[in-house]
Amino acid sequence: MHRRNFLKGVAAGSAAALFSPRLSLAAESRVLKFVPSADVTVVDPVWTTAYVTRNHGYMVFDTLYGYDDNFQIRPQMVAGHEIGKDGLEWRLTLRDGLKFHDGEPVLARDVVASIRRWADRDVFGKDLMAATDELSAASDKVVVFRLKRPFALLPAALGKMTSRMPCIMPERLAMTPPSEQVTEVIGSGPFRFVADERVQGALTVYEKFQDYVPREGSAVGRTGGPKIANVDRVEWHVMPDAATASGALQAGEVDWVESPLPDLLPLLRSQDGIEVKLLDTSGTIGSMRLNHLHPPFDNPAIRRAVLSVIDQKNFMQAVAGEDPSMWRAGVGVFTPESPMASDAGMDILNGPRDFEAGKAAIAEAGYNGEPVVLLAASDYAALRAEAEVGADTLNRLGLNVDYQSLDWGTIQQRRRSREPLDKGGWSCLYTGINGLEAWDPSSHQNSRGLGDAGQYGWPVSDELEAARKAWLEAPDLAGQKAACERIQLGVFDVVPYIPLGLHYAPAAFRSTVSNIPYGFAQFYGVTKSA
Amino acid sequence: MLRYMLRRILATIPVMVVVAIFVFSLLYFAPGDPAAIIAGDQATAEDIALIRESLGLDRPFLVRFGEWSWNILNGDLGTSIFTGLPITHLIAQRIEPTLSLTILTLVFAILVAVPLGVLAAWKAGTWIDSAVMIFAVLGFSVPIFVVGYILAWLMALQLGWLPVQGYRSIGDGLWPWFRSLILPSISLGCVYIALIARITRSTVVEVLRQDYIRTARAKGLAQMPTLFIHGLRNAAVPIVTVIGIGFAMLISGTVVTESVFALPGLGRLTIDAILHRDYPVIQALVLIFSFAYVLVNLAVDLAYTLFDPRIRY
Repeated sequence: MHRRNFLKGVAAGSAAALFSPRLSLAAESRVLKFVPSADVTVVDPVWTTAYVTRNHGYMVFDTLYGYDDNFQIRPQMVAGHEIGKDGLEWRLTLRDGLKFHDGEPVLARDVVASIRRWADRDVFGKDLMAATDELSAASDKVVVFRLKRPFALLPAALGKMTSRMPCIMPERLAMTPPSEQVTEVIGSGPFRFVADERVQGALTVYEKFQDYVPREGSAVGRTGGPKIANVDRVEWHVMPDAATASGALQAGEVDWVESPLPDLLPLLRSQDGIEVKLLDTSGTIGSMRLNHLHPPFDNPAIRRAVLSVIDQKNFMQAVAGEDPSMWRAGVGVFTPESPMASDAGMDILNGPRDFEAGKAAIAEAGYNGEPVVLLAASDYAALRAEAEVGADTLNRLGLNVDYQSLDWGTIQQRRRSREPLDKGGWSCLYTGINGLEAWDPSSHQNSRGLGDAGQYGWPVSDELEAARKAWLEAPDLAGQKAACERIQLGVFDVVPYIPLGLHYAPAAFRSTVSNIPYGFAQFYGVTKSA
Repeated sequence: MLRYMLRRILATIPVMVVVAIFVFSLLYFAPGDPAAIIAGDQATAEDIALIRESLGLDRPFLVRFGEWSWNILNGDLGTSIFTGLPITHLIAQRIEPTLSLTILTLVFAILVAVPLGVLAAWKAGTWIDSAVMIFAVLGFSVPIFVVGYILAWLMALQLGWLPVQGYRSIGDGLWPWFRSLILPSISLGCVYIALIARITRSTVVEVLRQDYIRTARAKGLAQMPTLFIHGLRNAAVPIVTVIGIGFAMLISGTVVTESVFALPGLGRLTIDAILHRDYPVIQALVLIFSFAYVLVNLAVDLAYTLFDPRIRY
């Protein structure tokens, strides 16, 4: 190569290097890089109750109704509804211009098939279908529910934000049996799932759906309102290591970390260009689940004695640290600030903790030193912390605690065992209830009393089930509140689980990102500047 | 030689069969239920039972093992329980980062460790020898993730020279690819450097005491040819053996390194599959890693003939 040619090449290269940053900055501002708290291993929001799949679902799919920031239900895919025949017929009319990502229009028959599939698995959906005589498509745009009895919560069920999202998908996909996963992701939401670029466990990519027609009105609340995609592409980068995710945020390699480790929050708060903000104000309620099948927790008096000494503050400090803005104590069955939260029976959690009285109550209840097999999740910091405080509390109460540290996958299997303790059974374990799940009784599994047909722990309570039914059938808010007070009193009497307080998980994001909606991670309305 | 290679490759078959039976049995009896994990925390017992049934997880051990073995014999590694995607697809997506990391670490480690070991042997008993051995002990003792965090903090967050995490494909350009692997390779390479440097030192020290080295020196041969041509070549067989044995260490090291630096490789796929109890993926990966280990050790055996002409197969 001649010297002159070489110099020309260098000059050309330098020019390219000088000009390319402007172009790449502009392009970068249209790509939002997000670090979720877990990978989207399952892409079908009906097949799993995993929260990350619900979040993915709200990217890709749309729902008939949605919630605003005040937790009021709003029409989303429907233009509106008419209620007739003494509240026994609901006619839902779809908005104009709704399209699936494969270009096909959204029709009423797609809605009917989707709702049927969802309702086959979802608890609230089952309640709705139990009250429904016939669900049909009256035309391409009109869906009709003919009910056996009035069901005022119909829009709430069809717009529920908890897991098992009532997503609308094409009929051909919605005909898949609910026990099988739909792996082709075709929704009608504001973002399109880019299947070709998905790397399981590492990367999930969404692109703006150009044909999405947002509904009219003010800015999006949680899941209701005009869902406008302001970025062209959203990339979910899975980072198994929390320190790496924080480092990537500090270095500007990613824009938004869904839930950084609480220990790293002070560091992130101190960084220029990074904001730490509580987006999901509903938080997570710690839950100590008790197994009602075997001694000692088959004895309600012993369960109530444990409840009487639980100090929520201790649990929450172990989970979320000393900063009181990161947790709440005095938390009952329903999420604080929700319309269903009340003070009914709360003295048992808020009164002075008296271990001597607790010990006396346990002795009086006939405790004979039976072991308490406590399952502790070693791989989830919050659950491990709750288990450690729980073990200490039970020890102080004089119970014979057998602390077993296991990975969460093993606990998920083990907790299904109904066997006695010496054959792989268990006595208590710790888990979390998302604040939205505890918003009202619709998805609140821990407060059920279904026995064998219910969740692990298998508590039996006709009163809890009757109170839930009363909530479903209540004609107004006052009636719903009264039913929820009954549920809370029932929980403190039967003790299917013990609420351990509520903790928050703030998000951290670059200052270039703004307009993030409140609630779980959602991306409509979000803007990113260069 | 060809017959030997063929014989060795055929000998891997019973090894792989034993590995397959062992892994399948171990996973079958291990605690954990993928159906419960898929269904999620709010699922009911009925949900979990339905998923178990739809995935065929409720079938007897022998039926599942027979079906899996038959598929393997037909070149079908199966599909992921969670994603429903073919495992070959998942592995194809992940193999480039892992291969890149492994090869780069290997090259980097050999290029650093062998000269270091020779230097320590040449200067045996001096402060240079001590310094190299202290480095080796440190490299062996400090966990990979600690080295990784320190490097990321210094080189990426403080100096801003390299990325904290992520992988760039070689298709994106040689420099971005190399840049994304510098920190992971150094982190992973530290243990390997320590291992190879120590064995190189001790073997070369031994060789340098041999009569023929003294003769070479007496004839006036320069220091470098004496060390690297006569000394190192004759010390090569144990060094190559350690490199081969250390390959298993490299594989396990990729699991940690890929997690710390968020590289989408086979190591992370393995961890995810284990945490999710995605049995077909775990089984396929263990088989592949075992096969790679056997092949690397075959390559090591063949390399002996290059360094020691007395060895013939």
